[in-house]
Amino acid sequence: MLTFLALASVVLLGIVPEQSQAIVIYTGWERHALVGSDIRLSCSFFSWRWTSEDVTFSWTYRPDGSRDSISIFHYTGGAAYVDNKGPFRDRLEFVGNPSRRDGSILIKNLEFSDNGTFTCDAKNPPDIVGRPSSVRLLVFEKVPIQAGVITGAIIGVVLGLLVLIVVIYYLMRFLVARRVFSLSVSKHGKKKKEGSQQRQGPVPPADPSKVKAAASEKKKQESRKDKK
Amino acid sequence: MLLLLLGIILLHVAALVLLFVSTIVSVWTTSETSTSDLWINCSTANGGYHCDPASTGEWIQAVQALMILSIIFSCLSLFLFFCQLFTLQKGGRFFLTGTFQILASLFVMSGAIIYTVMSPDWVPETDYFGYSYILAWVAFPLALISGLIYVILRKRE
Repeated sequence: MLTFLALASVVLLGIVPEQSQAIVIYTGWERHALVGSDIRLSCSFFSWRWTSEDVTFSWTYRPDGSRDSISIFHYTGGAAYVDNKGPFRDRLEFVGNPSRRDGSILIKNLEFSDNGTFTCDAKNPPDIVGRPSSVRLLVFEKVPIQAGVITGAIIGVVLGLLVLIVVIYYLMRFLVARRVFSLSVSKHGKKKKEGSQQRQGPVPPADPSKVKAAASEKKKQESRKDKK
Repeated sequence: MLLLLLGIILLHVAALVLLFVSTIVSVWTTSETSTSDLWINCSTANGGYHCDPASTGEWIQAVQALMILSIIFSCLSLFLFFCQLFTLQKGGRFFLTGTFQILASLFVMSGAIIYTVMSPDWVPETDYFGYSYILAWVAFPLALISGLIYVILRKRE
């Protein structure tokens, strides 16, 4: 078994470097952002090989309603080259980490004219065969709220609270019935009763501790009677 | 006693029907050519009748939620009333039923108030309030009165 594994690894390692394999590039699908804010457009790739020194990333931008794309960013040989003439002059920054297969860019101070499709292409020589991936950027003045989200949230919260109250009520009743603890409300009721009973007597006791003491004395007397 | 029972059930059902109608029917605001409610905006433009989903602002969603909640609470209250009618001891009050009904009335009140205050944001100036809106306002006192009667009412044999 071990020899087989060793053989297989040798075969795999022997064969793989000779032929280039496909590379898969990932970006998001669609990003929403507020006008004036910054957005990070991420791009990463997957290939079977270690990231080489010659890894390259390139971003192109196609505005909405336009047919042509322009190149806005290129990373090669360890250096990043950003657009310094086009629409993203001074607003583009490379924030990725090529050695960790991250070719993200940051676009600052978004404008409405930035609506469009951003395409990321990455090469990890000798893996160069791959389909570029695109992310669509939509810039809003105010991020739209989907219909029904708030409605659902309010209804859910109120009904949830209702259910919670019912559950707590039954839990309390269960616990009180099992005498895990007694409610202070019922204690007060008893005290009041005792008070009213003793108020019929000549001297109403003001101190509740006295009432308790009297009650305990009564109990003692009762127990004595029982013993007798 | 039976008459009173019948009366209060009728009152409750009337409030519930008003709530349903005002929530569903699309005449919260009207103008000559268009009506709109909590869910859709409809208009007759050049011969065709055309409906769009309502705007998705925060406040209209709050009104939607409050109307639905008031319907739910009113239904629960009716259900609880029948439960309590058979389980309550003699002389007990319908506190639970009344609480739910009063809560329903408070919900519809806050919904209608929010609609009154905030609707200029999404309704054109020329529109005026339609009958669904008025029904919602009528449902509020009906629900409140029936809720108060539930609280006051004592059960008799």
